[in-house]
Amino acid sequence: MPLLWLFVIVLALGALGFVLGRQRAIASAGGDARQLHSLPNYYGSNVAILTVVPALMVLAVWLILQPMVIQARVTSLIPEAAIEQIGSRSLVMSDVRRVAEGLDTAVAAGALSEAETRGLSTDETDVRARLGEVGVALGGAVTPEVLAAALRYRALDHTADTLRSGLVIVLAALGLAYGYLRTRQEFRARNSVERAILALLMLASTLAILTTVGIVFSMLFETFNFFELYPWREFFFGLEWRPSFEGGSDLGLIPLLWGTLYISIIALLVSVPIGLFAAIYMAEYAGKRFRAVAKPLIEVLAGIPTIVYGLFALITVGPLLRDYFAQPLGLGTSSSSVMTAGVVMGIMLIPFVSSLSDDIINAVPQSLRDGSYGLGATQSETVRQVILPAALPGIVGAILLAASRAIGETMIVVLGAGAAAALSLNPFEAMTTVTVKIVGQLTGDTNFESPEALVAFALGLTLFVITLGLNVLALYIVRKYREQYE
Amino acid sequence: MNDMRMTERGVDSKNIKMKARKVQVFYGTNHAIKDVDVDIEDKTVTAFIGPSGCGKSTFLRCLNRMNDTIDICRVEGEITLDGEDIYDRKVDPVQLRAKVGMVFQKPNPFPKSIYDNVAYGPRIHGLARGKAELDEIVEKSLRRAAIWNEVKDRLDAPGTGLSGGQQQRLCIARAIATGPEVLLMDEPCSALDPIATAQVEELIDELRERFSVVIVTHSMQQAARVSQKTAFFHLGNLVEYGETSKIFTNPDDPRTESYITGRIG
Ligand SMILES: Nc1ncnc2c1ncn2[C@@H]1O[C@H](COP(=O)(O)OP(=O)(O)O)[C@@H](O)[C@H]1O
Ligand SMILES: [Mg+2]
Repeated sequence: MPLLWLFVIVLALGALGFVLGRQRAIASAGGDARQLHSLPNYYGSNVAILTVVPALMVLAVWLILQPMVIQARVTSLIPEAAIEQIGSRSLVMSDVRRVAEGLDTAVAAGALSEAETRGLSTDETDVRARLGEVGVALGGAVTPEVLAAALRYRALDHTADTLRSGLVIVLAALGLAYGYLRTRQEFRARNSVERAILALLMLASTLAILTTVGIVFSMLFETFNFFELYPWREFFFGLEWRPSFEGGSDLGLIPLLWGTLYISIIALLVSVPIGLFAAIYMAEYAGKRFRAVAKPLIEVLAGIPTIVYGLFALITVGPLLRDYFAQPLGLGTSSSSVMTAGVVMGIMLIPFVSSLSDDIINAVPQSLRDGSYGLGATQSETVRQVILPAALPGIVGAILLAASRAIGETMIVVLGAGAAAALSLNPFEAMTTVTVKIVGQLTGDTNFESPEALVAFALGLTLFVITLGLNVLALYIVRKYREQYE
Repeated sequence: MNDMRMTERGVDSKNIKMKARKVQVFYGTNHAIKDVDVDIEDKTVTAFIGPSGCGKSTFLRCLNRMNDTIDICRVEGEITLDGEDIYDRKVDPVQLRAKVGMVFQKPNPFPKSIYDNVAYGPRIHGLARGKAELDEIVEKSLRRAAIWNEVKDRLDAPGTGLSGGQQQRLCIARAIATGPEVLLMDEPCSALDPIATAQVEELIDELRERFSVVIVTHSMQQAARVSQKTAFFHLGNLVEYGETSKIFTNPDDPRTESYITGRIG
């Protein structure tokens, strides 16, 4: 039975449970809903939850486990020789799966009958050609081993599907019956629905946390692999970045880290003063009408994809800086430079800094402004001596958040600063950052057993740790700031 | 005791510090203050009483032009300080507010040290020539606000860490430090407990020796305890203004009497 149908059936049972539960509850109170412990809908929801949730949970687990189990049982059918021939076990298995799915498609399209399919053999039929007719393209001719495995795979899959549908429907029915029988006048349906909702919310937050943990672990794993192939000292303290896929590369972090920090610092030097002053103007001086226009405009700026900023760097800012600054000053002839990327990234961050700071400044209580004006302070004295000090921790938090965005930025760097790692102080020289190199090491033909590819994970983890540190610090500061005003 | 104070009152209450004539205030189209005439005497505590929303705060804020910070607020009529029109173009509202200080309903210490809170006004207006002089101003103001003994050992601690009553006295010290001639207080005790209230009331009575105090209060007992003159506002009108003893014992206007006896609130 297709998955969608199974799903619909379970939901339909749930709806039925709702109606039945509700009716039974009302009937048990002699038709007077006021005699019930909870509102009638709670009884209905309770039955519906008992019907749907366990069934769907089992379905989800089953869906995850089924391919694993079947795969484990099918692999044994393929001899080692065939695996060596094709390359790796996973490649063979993906062939098997494709053939099995192809056969399913063929049956569904009517090109093959179910009986024909079972009796297929590579001696009599060109399986690849037959499947090609129904639009399933295969990479190479189908070997007898693969076909046998595919047939087995199909058979197991069909049995499992049937079992699955049966189990899920039975579970839903049992849940319905259980819920229905429990529905009585004094049953506390409201509380049990409350618990179900709590469980749902907890499940969602657990999933969010688990995915984060999963991401970190997968990176950790690959990073370990990397450090087995490449000494960690040379990675963390190496001053050269010269990967070569023939081996013997230098994979030093320092030049990339330097590029990242240099560009981020320039970006912050551009974005923080402009963003902050804009925020002060918006929050303290601008009239209502100006703010109503300007604030959304600035926020639109925040929605521009970074690749567009990258183009701006490449086409406009880069040549401009080269022609008017770098060349006259004799500092270089490259239009890709730290300065280009930094300035454009700064422009990208202005709305980010200004809208965060604007919120923070607005959160400074009006009573402080009144207090300052009441003592005869001017507006700018009030801003400098009362509002900014009061908002400072929050603003620092905003700046740290901006910094962690700058560190993670990739597109603007590729287009603005280039992709050549360098360790130099000259802001008009091309340089590159950690993120760009992560992309660089993983695109194209990569062999995931070489340190040149695996280094990307070590870089990623380093970046993750740095931005995580910045974010934690920022959140800590922002929280302290909130506490100050209750 | 109350009677003794009332006899004293006649002696030193001749000098008019601030004078308001035909004052109108509008918030947009809302006519919040209508035709108010008041004389604020020097070295006197004047209380503004009246039901909520009758315009007490609004009128108080006219006296130091705090209403200028509200976009939609418009003030008409004439208000003078020592005979000089404070709404005149020549007058800088910022200078005016140094002379007419203000204490707010909710204590609002700046997120700075206790010392810096009090030194804020003197620093802005350049009142002290050196560190020693500034120290002196801070100490004197804290003493006058009757909080010196409680904070003298922790002048570097943040002002926001004090208790509510201490914070309010710190705000009073902060206002005194700029050397105002008039001190406006908008319900200064409404966020305080009874003990802190008593301390602030005592303080107000002492402050009267140096300048005139205008206090908005919703507590009639408080008005009776601390003030010599009382103004009763109702729906934006000044209904009655006179000696506190007279307002509370023998008011001319029936509305005043109703309010005082608790029939309008
Ligand atoms: N900032 C403001 N903007 C608009 N209307 C205001 C503002 N402040 C006060 N008002 C209006 O002015 C009137 C008087 O208010 P207020 O002076 O605060 O009264 P009180 O202090 O006597 O309780 C009220 O009707 C109030 O709604
Ligand atoms: Mg008020």
